[in-house]
Amino acid sequence: MPTDPAPSLLEVRNVTVEFATHEGTVRAVTEVDFNLAAGETLAIVGESGSGKSQMLLSLLGLTARNGRISGSARFKGEELVGASAKRLNQIRGAEIGFVFQDPMTSLNPYLTIAQQITEPLTVHRRVDQAAAREQAIEMLQAVHITEPERRMRQYPHQLSGGMRQRVAIAMALICRPSLLIADEPTTALDVTVQAQVLALLREIRQQFGTAVILVTHDLGVIAEVADRVNVMYAGRIVETGPVDEIFYNCRHPYTQALERSIPQLDVSRLDRLVAIAGSPPSLLHVPPGCAFHPRCPYRFDPCDKKVPPLEIVAEGHSKACFYEGALDHQPQAETGMTEIA
Amino acid sequence: MTQSAQTTAAPQVPAATQPILSVRDLRVYFEIRAAEGWLTKSQTLRAVDGVTFDLFPGETLGVVGESGCGKSTMARAVLGLVPVTSGEVIFDGKNLAQLDSSAMRAERQHLQIIFQDPLASLDPRMTVGQIIGEPLRSFFPRMSASERQAKVAEMMGHVGLLPEQINRYPHEFSGGQAQRIGIARALILRPEVVICDEPVSALDVSIKAQILNLLSDLQARFGLSLLFIAHDLASVRHASRRVMVLYLGKVMELAPWQEIYRTPLHPYTQALIAAIPPADPRRARSNPAKPLAGELPSPIAPPSGCVFRTRCPYAIDRCAAEVPALRHVGESLVACHLAEQSQESRPKPSPTNS
Repeated sequence: MPTDPAPSLLEVRNVTVEFATHEGTVRAVTEVDFNLAAGETLAIVGESGSGKSQMLLSLLGLTARNGRISGSARFKGEELVGASAKRLNQIRGAEIGFVFQDPMTSLNPYLTIAQQITEPLTVHRRVDQAAAREQAIEMLQAVHITEPERRMRQYPHQLSGGMRQRVAIAMALICRPSLLIADEPTTALDVTVQAQVLALLREIRQQFGTAVILVTHDLGVIAEVADRVNVMYAGRIVETGPVDEIFYNCRHPYTQALERSIPQLDVSRLDRLVAIAGSPPSLLHVPPGCAFHPRCPYRFDPCDKKVPPLEIVAEGHSKACFYEGALDHQPQAETGMTEIA
Repeated sequence: MTQSAQTTAAPQVPAATQPILSVRDLRVYFEIRAAEGWLTKSQTLRAVDGVTFDLFPGETLGVVGESGCGKSTMARAVLGLVPVTSGEVIFDGKNLAQLDSSAMRAERQHLQIIFQDPLASLDPRMTVGQIIGEPLRSFFPRMSASERQAKVAEMMGHVGLLPEQINRYPHEFSGGQAQRIGIARALILRPEVVICDEPVSALDVSIKAQILNLLSDLQARFGLSLLFIAHDLASVRHASRRVMVLYLGKVMELAPWQEIYRTPLHPYTQALIAAIPPADPRRARSNPAKPLAGELPSPIAPPSGCVFRTRCPYAIDRCAAEVPALRHVGESLVACHLAEQSQESRPKPSPTNS
């Protein structure tokens, strides 16, 4: 599968994440494999419950207590699965930065921007206060915060939502990590502010060479910033490939359905959207075989019996689907009334 | 061209018909106490500041604007859920803004709302049947339980819920199904006007399309007039023929969809469209989503003149001095001093940075 010559920054092999609940074992992530090259932007797309966030959280030891991770994840050659809490603490913040959907997940309402943005530097890099302050102001300028000296004295509630997210990004980048994980960083933002954050993510890559894993359900966001895309459904990667392949030559029916269901601005035509019937499955009751088969217009004999393996269809492009024909079905007129209970 | 233009904004598209809902110069101000040094001082927050529009029978009017533009407050004010400071909300010959609470309650049979967060808007301790049937119980207390049950079951069918789900609780449903419950509850009284306050913003992509399609089916079946509020133009596009763009409590532009998309006249509408990422990697590389410079001003101290001027690339001196009237330009209603000028003859955009 590794087709690019660039050395991998992160190699994920056969990672499975399970949670013990009183209703049984929930498998949030199943046998996931992927590589991330240095400086690359990888988007992970999927709907609620597809395992896209859990996979990343568990790699860094941030799973809930009832969670269990197996498999292997090597970051710069170092195994993360089973690493000590102390070592993971050193890696998080210093080597791998995190940005969440709600910036208030990472910002403390009781501390000034200066106090929180300099903390990673004093903790991980043992930089003295004055130098930390200087670097913090530089980083705030890099994320286009105006009047950084004044902002440093303020508290998070005094900033707008877009500014808070930019401060959260500055904080995640302050130790110059080689990997930034951004979990739905623009979902809670207005579209004009989202555009600011997307432009910023592109600049970060150019300026600092940071690799980015971007978790999102928004294909518009992916088209703007991603080099490569992993499409996840019910805990598995169902398609992976370069961004252009995924958009112009997708091979998995779920990817196609996702692309067709996006509301488009410049449609001249029918007002009806092509919806995917049914809803994403509950992870307690994942359908047998291919988890997408109950919603798939192309399903045939083996789909409800065997799990399709992820197989290469073109360079760097793989899919997990038995159907080999062209994805040309005009999906049946969906009435919005066919939801499966 | 001055004050009167704000209040006489004439109906546009369906020329002959009477509007079902007319909103005239609606204002919602909140008195808040803001800290100023050691003291607190009473200040006025202008959430909705002179909004005028008509909603016609059977149409969907899209309302678009970003956080803090007053769209949700406007919706709540129409339904009397927040006090109206001034202005009129005319429905069925009555000014709803002047009704007392019991008279307003009676009118709510005809005007209903669907909320953004489906699960948060459903009582977790009530069954689906009780939730959907509650409006019937409260408006028709003498209706028999079996009749109510029958109406609930029928409505569940209309929104794509199964009859056997009637005794289940909200937590047993996915987000999309919970939104169907919210829709059934809003429609059970057969209202004429339904306000949809970001009904799909919290839903997954595949479910979003289902719910948008369902709303348009139900609109056709029941002849509903919808006020469809969203923060993104793309969702509104699939629901609405006309779109109203709000910024800082004021109408910037109100126009048929094609005009909004092809020839947006207001610089704010142009910025909203330019900020949408195109879901097409080649186009995204050649023409990436463009951020809007600057920050939203405070509604406590809005800019003088045009409220958008602090972020507008075309702003001229007049924009700070004079509030632009909402007026007809072609098929659109626009509040911009430069709306009559073609794009080319406008002043050069000033280099902007945030």
